Amino acid sequence: MAFEYAPAPESRAIVDLAPSYGLFIDGEFTESAGGDLVKTVSPSTEEVLCEYTRATAEDVDRAVQAARRAFEKWSALPGAERAKYLFRIARIVQERSRELAVLETLDNGKPIKETRDADLPLVAAHFFYYAGWADKLDHAGFGPSPKPLGVAGQVIPWNFPLLMLAWKIAPALATGNTVVLKPAETTPLSALFFADICRQAGLPQGVVNIVTGDGRTGADLVAHPDVAKVAFTGSTSVGKEIARTVAGTRKKLTLELGGKGANIVFDDAPIDQAVEGIVTGIFFNQGQVCCAGSRLLVQESIHDELLESLKRRLSTLRLGDPLDKNTDIGAINSAEQLARISALAERGEAEGAERWSPACELPSSGYWFAPTLFTNVTQAHTIAREEIFGPVLSVLTFRTPEEAVAKANNTPYGLSAGIWTEKGSRILAVASRLRAGVVWSNTFNKFDPASPFGGYKESGFGREGGRHGLEAYLDV
Amino acid sequence: MSDERLSVLKTYKLYVGGKFPRSESGRVYEVTDSTGKWLANAPLSSRKDARDAVVAARKAFGGWSGATAYNRGQVLYRVAEMLEGRREQFVREVADAEGLPRAEAVAVVDATIDRWVWYAGWTDKIAQVVGGGNPVAGPFFNLSSPEPMGVVAVVAPQESSFLGLVSVLAPVIATGNTAVVAASEKSPLPALSLAEVLATSDVPGGVVNVLSGRTAEIAAPLAAHQDVNAIDLAGADEALAKELEIAAADNLKRVLRPQAVDYSGTPGTERMTAFLETKTVWHPTGALGAAGSSY
Repeated sequence: MAFEYAPAPESRAIVDLAPSYGLFIDGEFTESAGGDLVKTVSPSTEEVLCEYTRATAEDVDRAVQAARRAFEKWSALPGAERAKYLFRIARIVQERSRELAVLETLDNGKPIKETRDADLPLVAAHFFYYAGWADKLDHAGFGPSPKPLGVAGQVIPWNFPLLMLAWKIAPALATGNTVVLKPAETTPLSALFFADICRQAGLPQGVVNIVTGDGRTGADLVAHPDVAKVAFTGSTSVGKEIARTVAGTRKKLTLELGGKGANIVFDDAPIDQAVEGIVTGIFFNQGQVCCAGSRLLVQESIHDELLESLKRRLSTLRLGDPLDKNTDIGAINSAEQLARISALAERGEAEGAERWSPACELPSSGYWFAPTLFTNVTQAHTIAREEIFGPVLSVLTFRTPEEAVAKANNTPYGLSAGIWTEKGSRILAVASRLRAGVVWSNTFNKFDPASPFGGYKESGFGREGGRHGLEAYLDV
Repeated sequence: MSDERLSVLKTYKLYVGGKFPRSESGRVYEVTDSTGKWLANAPLSSRKDARDAVVAARKAFGGWSGATAYNRGQVLYRVAEMLEGRREQFVREVADAEGLPRAEAVAVVDATIDRWVWYAGWTDKIAQVVGGGNPVAGPFFNLSSPEPMGVVAVVAPQESSFLGLVSVLAPVIATGNTAVVAASEKSPLPALSLAEVLATSDVPGGVVNVLSGRTAEIAAPLAAHQDVNAIDLAGADEALAKELEIAAADNLKRVLRPQAVDYSGTPGTERMTAFLETKTVWHPTGALGAAGSSY
């Protein structure tokens, strides 16, 4: 039985978009030196939202120089003063959170339910958290008076545009660095709105600079000789390229990259809770999450029962207008990403895995992919090895805890993992043997500014969040 | 005719997987003291030796990282005890290797022994210093703990052939990593003799593997190896360090770049934390009873 819901769209009137945007450099929006204008579209409708600027190498240099000039004063400011700027930013984010949630949903395609209840509260919380560190760095365990690095060049992805901005900018400013940030080419808008928040907060000019553009702009920023710190969140292949770029320099590097997280369900797990955790693990944000639980490892004895429950639950997910408050599954962020997900899913079928999706009508315009699961997946299958970054779950089985651990660790990635069991000692035993930076036991995809996040192996290095997150921005 | 007894010379060998093999290449190179006097023929390790050492280090990782921190501390302290007993030998080797007067060599060896004691005491404390509970805004238990990275390649300092070596090696294994060491190219003998101490100090075979030879020849395959998790470039010059860091990016090894270090100073915790991952584990906290209180 399907419940019918009346449409409950969030109003987009709260967002006031300009027809085009320049670059936010040295405290004001400026024209590019020769960079072209690029359109950004709403992934759920393909409607053009506005135009933004692709920054050239010259623009990037201008932004880095502005940040470098601002560094002298900003780093010399008493920590308590830096803290107050960050507290202001946190408060303004809260005040404007409805506007930013709608904006993010428009530009990214994710459901308003998520931007409103996850992204925005976490953004504000992250600024609050690091604001409090700014005048307490002497006590953070990095020795007396730890020094900032200088200009941080930060490149962020499109899956959580404003949240990734917060993860990058908040600790950088708290520790006394200045920032040049490049948002993703398909989701530049919330970063440009954040520039306005910096203005409202009275942040000194040049402390935060936003340069929009594509991979070329990011490469220019990372390679700039006056950048002292590079922070990147994105794909593992680009992360490796950046690691090669900074080799032989003094630039400090942190990378938060891809994943192929294992979500392990033991036979004594509470099935209903596990099903909710599996759904959260792979369908949150359309599965476009680096720490997604994209490999489900089910103990063989409960495979059929669990899959039946899971399929029943997936049939109740509502896919459609991301601005509708009842929507569970929004749009895929871009045509390119949709093509990649589609190609990998087809590969899964071609290699012999069994594909299933709930009956699900896809909107006629925009980029959409139905929630999908694959059974009869083996470790050799492409869909069990490669990050799909979409709403696609690969189901594998195991018999013993040893086998579960071996399969979970059988990946070059090491970002996240999940464990579902009622047995406490088994949770601790398995958690300690999983080579992953974040282990969620009897829960999944939980985030908090106080909780360090980051990967093992090819999922990158360094941690964001918590006391640990300070280290990336200090000369220690 | 001299009454002086002809001494028995030692054949210096590699240390891999708890055994003392020669280089599989059959090659050796001449090691001299600072005046050019012949000291020994040391094994000239090949790429194959490096790969064998990685296999041995990986094999040893599970047991060593799974040992209790207390146990690792006991083992590291045992290394100090064994070194103390062979203090004279190392004074002689360090004096020869680094061209130091005896008094200075004594100071270096004493500092080196003390360094093992320093790190022996760290094994069961570092987790409390760098890990801990995180006060998340929700009903969750949330704990961050440091964990060893795995196999760490150590390019040992070129000049400080013994104190420098131990200063970079001990922090790597104190936290549960296993190590493949490229010894000082010019002065490999103290490192090769240290292996004999490790072998008799309850350090499980494979936890430390020592290779002598051309630094660039040994380090290149280690930096490129897909089963090495991290690399300490302490003993690499600028050009080599850059080359190795580029190779290391292939599987995103953690890289500790070369830096100016005074090995005679008290170490901080940086060389330990450089080779630790942070794992954060979440679990919901339930409520007890209808009143909703857990207390």
